[in-house]
Amino acid sequence: MHLAYPAVLAALLFSVGVYGVLARRNAVLVLMSVELMLNAVNLNLVAFDAWLRDALHAGQALTLFTITIAAAEIGLGLAIVLLVFRTRGTPDIDRLTALGDRVAERQNSADDSVDASKGQAVS
Amino acid sequence: MNILAAAGSLAPATRGFLSPTGAEIVFVLVGLAVLGAAVISVGTRQLVHAALWLVVALGGLAIEFLLLTAEFVAWVQVLIYLGSVVVLVLFGLMLTKAPIGRSPDADSGNRWVALLVALAAAGTLVTLVVDAFRTSWIDLGAGGGSASVTGASLFRNWVLPFEALSVLLLAALIGAIVLSRSRQAAAPKPRAGRLRTGKPVGAAPAAKSPAAQSPSSERES
Amino acid sequence: MNTALPALVPALPALGAAALFATGRRAPRFARPLAILPVLISAVLALVTALQLGTGRTLDAATRLTPTGGPDISLAIHLDGYTSLITVLVGVVATCVQVYSTAYLRDDPRYASYAALVSLFTAAMFLVVYSGDLIVLLVGWEVMGICSYFLIGHHWETADARSASLKAFLVTKLGDVPFLFGLFLLGADAGTFRINGVLAAAADGRLAHPTLIALLLLGGVAGKSAQFPLHTWLPDAMAGPTPVSALIHAATMVAAGIYLVARLLPVFLLSGAALVVLAVMAAVTMIGSALCALAQDDIKRVLAYSTVGQLGYMAGALAVGDREAAVFHLVSHGAFKALLFLSAGVLIHAAHTNSLSAMSRMPWLAERVPDARWTLGIGLVALVGLPPFSGFFSKEAVFSAAEHATTRGEALTNGVGPAAGVPVAAGWIVLVAALLTALLTAAYATRLWLLAFPGRGAVAAAGTVVPRGEAAEGHAAALADTGEDLPVAASSTATAPSVHATEPAAMRWPLWVLALPTMVFGIAGLRPNWLPALLDGGSLRPSPATAVLGTGLALAGVLISYAAWRTVTARAARARAAEAAGAAAPQSTDAVDPGRALLGPLYGPAQHGFGVDRLYERLFVLPTLGAARLVRFLDREVVEGYVQASGGGARLLGWAVRRAQTGNAQTYLSALLAGVVLIAVFVAVGT
Repeated sequence: MHLAYPAVLAALLFSVGVYGVLARRNAVLVLMSVELMLNAVNLNLVAFDAWLRDALHAGQALTLFTITIAAAEIGLGLAIVLLVFRTRGTPDIDRLTALGDRVAERQNSADDSVDASKGQAVS
Repeated sequence: MNILAAAGSLAPATRGFLSPTGAEIVFVLVGLAVLGAAVISVGTRQLVHAALWLVVALGGLAIEFLLLTAEFVAWVQVLIYLGSVVVLVLFGLMLTKAPIGRSPDADSGNRWVALLVALAAAGTLVTLVVDAFRTSWIDLGAGGGSASVTGASLFRNWVLPFEALSVLLLAALIGAIVLSRSRQAAAPKPRAGRLRTGKPVGAAPAAKSPAAQSPSSERES
Repeated sequence: MNTALPALVPALPALGAAALFATGRRAPRFARPLAILPVLISAVLALVTALQLGTGRTLDAATRLTPTGGPDISLAIHLDGYTSLITVLVGVVATCVQVYSTAYLRDDPRYASYAALVSLFTAAMFLVVYSGDLIVLLVGWEVMGICSYFLIGHHWETADARSASLKAFLVTKLGDVPFLFGLFLLGADAGTFRINGVLAAAADGRLAHPTLIALLLLGGVAGKSAQFPLHTWLPDAMAGPTPVSALIHAATMVAAGIYLVARLLPVFLLSGAALVVLAVMAAVTMIGSALCALAQDDIKRVLAYSTVGQLGYMAGALAVGDREAAVFHLVSHGAFKALLFLSAGVLIHAAHTNSLSAMSRMPWLAERVPDARWTLGIGLVALVGLPPFSGFFSKEAVFSAAEHATTRGEALTNGVGPAAGVPVAAGWIVLVAALLTALLTAAYATRLWLLAFPGRGAVAAAGTVVPRGEAAEGHAAALADTGEDLPVAASSTATAPSVHATEPAAMRWPLWVLALPTMVFGIAGLRPNWLPALLDGGSLRPSPATAVLGTGLALAGVLISYAAWRTVTARAARARAAEAAGAAAPQSTDAVDPGRALLGPLYGPAQHGFGVDRLYERLFVLPTLGAARLVRFLDREVVEGYVQASGGGARLLGWAVRRAQTGNAQTYLSALLAGVVLIAVFVAVGT
């Protein structure tokens, strides 16, 4: 079997995952896209393990580890999403902007011509 | 170089893409199905459907693993991903009150940027991968990924990471429990305080005030 | 001869000043001894040094301060007859001033710092006189300038004193800038800053730019010695306490410029042009200041203008190449002008006003201050130049020097330089101006005397007798009005001045100490082995023609002034009679001033110093203010604009960057991944 087939498939799958991570609004769907990316990596690992005929089977062992870690990750991630949902009432990522610059938003919404000397960091 | 030498693909020119083997045909077809399912999964506006399309994609990947002779990994994939992860995701969707049916705002305003970045990444990766592995050939021998082989490798060579991973899983378990525990139970309820009772305020001045007011009222009259 | 003795002379007052600065506030009891003793000892030491040195000898000693790479700067002293004479004068005057000040500023809260500054000032003057190195001399010169600033501004509560001190400082510094460059040029040309080296270079003709050097130096001399273009600070400097006026404006600071020219006269003799400039400067100063003095009402301003004029005499003597006459006049003038100022101070102390016209209405003044009356008279006679007082001899020396200079090659340079180097024009200018000034000097001195002590009859005729009780109130009013140099006003105005209350002894005996040289010092020039032996050895004997001419003009001035006074007094009496008759005659309170009658239309301009101040304000102050306004505009609008723009640019940039900080993790991630892809592409394409 040509190595190009699994490699190209993994690359495409990874890109689809990237799109999902960047474009999805719901945090659970973002986690799903992360799973897609992880699986693309798994595919690569398996394919290269087969190609290289590794005596230690490092590729497959690492795939197993990855799957385990992915399971742990999705468990923790979902717990975080649930916590966020409970405190904020929304699972939408683009509304969780508490770490953003508040003043920029305020200036956008309010007067743009406010004297900048007053525009100190307002909590 | 030693690794490459170990690979059995040092006679590349003999095999072309135009004469595929059966395994390759199956791989490509399943791969297309996986890709399509993945695209629908990240693109659909029905959130629960997205999870279900993810099942299709992950299942297809399990088939791909089988085709690459990694049978144990394939079954683990089916068990863990299809069995637990997707179920977890579905739980997550339910618990966050995901709407059933089409939700118009499933994608954020970042969509076009995301598309651009994803396409660029895909183009770059595919170009690189094709350029690098155009002529590489996987010599698939049977039994390379059977349970016995994988188990021997895992418990002979990879024991320490395996045990470390078990600790990691324990930590993740505890973490998930701590995170998802309800905060309300921890916060103490406000104690109901007793209202203070005492003498009525202002009684004495009230008794005095008529006397104080009377001269002024007289004066006014 | 030991050099420790002359080195102690400037050091002692400086140490005394330091001690006064240190202890003045905490231990005011020691202020008086600390003020008087170092200056007194210095004066004695200066006298001892002068006696040890004797006549006709010079002494030079030097320690090199530090290698500078250029001409060396050395701590050098130079002693000769001139330094002996001037240090003794400075020591005596400074001692008198310190003693006098103890009484004059008895109740002044800032007496300690005042006395310290006077001591420091004296030390600086000693340094200037003794220094054999131009740079060390400059140090003393500038210390004097700053002390003068502080002393003139002693009563800094009043706006007058503040502005006067600033003016004195700025004007003298204006002269010091060319002076400094002149010194540098001199040092560069001569290859040394030692005065002996400079003089040797001048004698050998090694100075490349004598005219330029002389003119640059003249700037500093004009500033320090109050010559014509830069004389305006001296009359205003009378806002300082009267003893300071006596010290600075009679004996020391103004003498420093004359002394410097005398020391460097060989350099000046190399340049005829500089001598003519000096002569014109001196002539304008003499005549102008004499006219101004005739119109002033403030007694101290009269004396200040008179000082300017007498300095003009000295500058004139230098312009005709006779430094003996200049220094002779310097010393005698130092004595009699200090005497005049100190007795004027007593007068002011008693009358509580500076105004001459106010004094003319106080007939009791003459009886109250008999010492001051006598000494003022002596000083005025010396100023006018009537024989046998010292002013006569010193002024005659200037006259004869100028007269000799009117014939080519006859100038009395006494071997200091080529006699032919003195231009004839300088001689004529100085001679004519000096004779005219002699007349005017006599006139204003007489006017001063007549106005200050008019005599009972004249006052009655003028009809301005003030009863005693009212007089006291008048003083209080005058005090409130003038707010000037009235040191013990607070205690004195409470009690009406009684006729027989005399001034304190400390204010009286310095007058007589100074009156003595005023009367007899002139004799010193008569014998060739007395004063001339100490100096250059030329004759200081008056020549008959100029003596007769000068004395005659002085007498004429006295008589004219007296006649004018009689006329205006009689007119005032008539006017008063008319008023008494019932007619509403116009009040003419100060009609008794003979200066008004003498000067006629010139009176108004002369009263304001011929508008020189106003001219300077037009020419220099207003353009400077305009330039300052322009700079302020440029700073506020243009430079500030750049600053604001850079700030605004940074703000805009920050605003733009801030826009990226949305808090949305997906946009961050997008940017991150896009960057990764870009880097990957670049790496792939690049390799």
